[in-house]
Amino acid sequence: MLGFLLTRVGKAAVVLLCITVLNFLLIHLAPGDPAMVMAGEAGEADPEFIAQLRAQFGLDRPLYVQLWSYVSSVAQLDLGYSYRQNLPVLDLILQRLPATLLLSLSAFVISLGLGVLAGTIAASRQGKPADTLISTIALLFYATPLFWFALMAVLLFSVKLDWLPGYGFETIRSGYTGMERVLDIAAHLVMPAFTLGLFLMAVYVRMTRASMLEVNKHDYVRTARAKGLRPALIQRRHVLRNAILPVVTLAGLQAGQLVGGAVLIETVFAWPGIGRLMFEALAQRDYNVLLGVFVVSAAMVLMFNLVTDLAYRLVDPRIRTT
Amino acid sequence: MLDFLKRFAGNRGAVIGALLLVVTLLLAIFSPMLYPQSPWAIAQRPFLEPFTTEGYLMGTDTLGRNVASGLAHGAYISLLIGLISTLVSLAIGIPLGACAGYFGGWVDDILMRVTEFFQVIPTFAFAVVLVAILQPSLTSIITAIALVSWPPVARLLRGEVLALKSREFIEAAQLSGQSSTTIILRQIMPNTLSPVVVMSSMMIATAILTESALSFMGLGDPEIMSWGYMVGAGRTVIRQAWWISFFPGLAILLTVLAFNLIGEGLNDALNPRLRKRG
Repeated sequence: MLGFLLTRVGKAAVVLLCITVLNFLLIHLAPGDPAMVMAGEAGEADPEFIAQLRAQFGLDRPLYVQLWSYVSSVAQLDLGYSYRQNLPVLDLILQRLPATLLLSLSAFVISLGLGVLAGTIAASRQGKPADTLISTIALLFYATPLFWFALMAVLLFSVKLDWLPGYGFETIRSGYTGMERVLDIAAHLVMPAFTLGLFLMAVYVRMTRASMLEVNKHDYVRTARAKGLRPALIQRRHVLRNAILPVVTLAGLQAGQLVGGAVLIETVFAWPGIGRLMFEALAQRDYNVLLGVFVVSAAMVLMFNLVTDLAYRLVDPRIRTT
Repeated sequence: MLDFLKRFAGNRGAVIGALLLVVTLLLAIFSPMLYPQSPWAIAQRPFLEPFTTEGYLMGTDTLGRNVASGLAHGAYISLLIGLISTLVSLAIGIPLGACAGYFGGWVDDILMRVTEFFQVIPTFAFAVVLVAILQPSLTSIITAIALVSWPPVARLLRGEVLALKSREFIEAAQLSGQSSTTIILRQIMPNTLSPVVVMSSMMIATAILTESALSFMGLGDPEIMSWGYMVGAGRTVIRQAWWISFFPGLAILLTVLAFNLIGEGLNDALNPRLRKRG
């Protein structure tokens, strides 16, 4: 187990290193002067400020020296400075990270839970109306642009019906504390988490359904049926337990989708996470923040993959490959 | 061929998908004739409600631009970006995957490490960073989408080639002295065609979604009217004017759905054995 963990952490570190190098290349690929890119200005910067930046980042030195200093500063968690917000990029990201983690984890739990449930129902009623309905909805969700669905949800549930708050993390200046505040945040979380989980839910429904239909053909299921076990019991105890393994593997691999979707969902709902930070950075051409969010979100995905892999190995002790 | 068409037409979803695609294609082809005026032109008063004024079926946006005209012109750009970025990612993924599968050994190791790397990084965030830094334009958008979508192609090709490599006809070709290039191009590639076709259809769908998400974020080509841009432009006024965002979003949904349905139909029609098993 420890060996497995060490190899995986090592691999993740290599990926992060490659991303850092990629970021460095991107800064130099950008049209114009890297100093201006880092200052977040587009040709309007004060020349003295740019000259100072150039000296500070050693842009007059050879490229490999610059690469080395960039990589080593990222390795020391120095993601640069946001000249727009007058704060180190890492601080900006850390302020926003909890909101994104809360949103992505809720979306993940919702999509996996509902996806597996709906997929199970569809598989056990194959060809019947319930199956057709669930499969059609999954097909539609699979093709829906998340950001559009989010807007329509705001329109329906917040503007027209006034059931749920349509934007933000909590009610501002409400003075809520304790349980009241938790409930307030939860109410704000409902729509973003559901809409973010939508696409993944469709993926899990289809996966679960296909996987259960596959397992249904095994001999031991026929034996269980011949023994006279109740169909519901067979589905739950014999089929679902085996069918769920490939779904869990896939679930971990899809974490990247969640992070990408979070950028869009946070933009629509004004959710104060790193996705929203990325959107704001885009508008302000704050490239340091943009690249920082990219590195941190990649690190998040790697962490997530690692955790699901570990969970998978704990759930199914047969898996021994690294 | 006739057999294939019959199987494809026997799939209800695939037929619906094909019909949706034909409508979108017609809209894209005839948009300059239907709406000769530029979709950016201010045509009527702003916030004109849909279904009220003739010629403005879907109303106007915050500046008084015709939403229906934007929709028609956007169809062209969505299909164009979907198609080209998929072709580019095939052009990256197919050779890499084929080489990895055919040569094996260290070539395979290196190529698969690179593929894994591109699969593990959060794709949409990467696309956003790429387009933002290269400056939004048709080229940078297509580059970004292609760069994030080739890994599955490479994996698919590698798997197919690995399975084909040990077949007798490949051994025969090797014995008859054909070069590796000839074997890959003449013997192996034609046999990998059907899964690649199925995957391409699904990839176009994903590419259209990614493009719309990018232009929703304000990373569209500033010269080009696209569906994602229209949804994004209506975002801040959603409370007053639902139609500005609603129609373009629906168009994205239906077009993406069309390509997904066609992909599934192709899959069933090209692999009839698989369908009987499932």
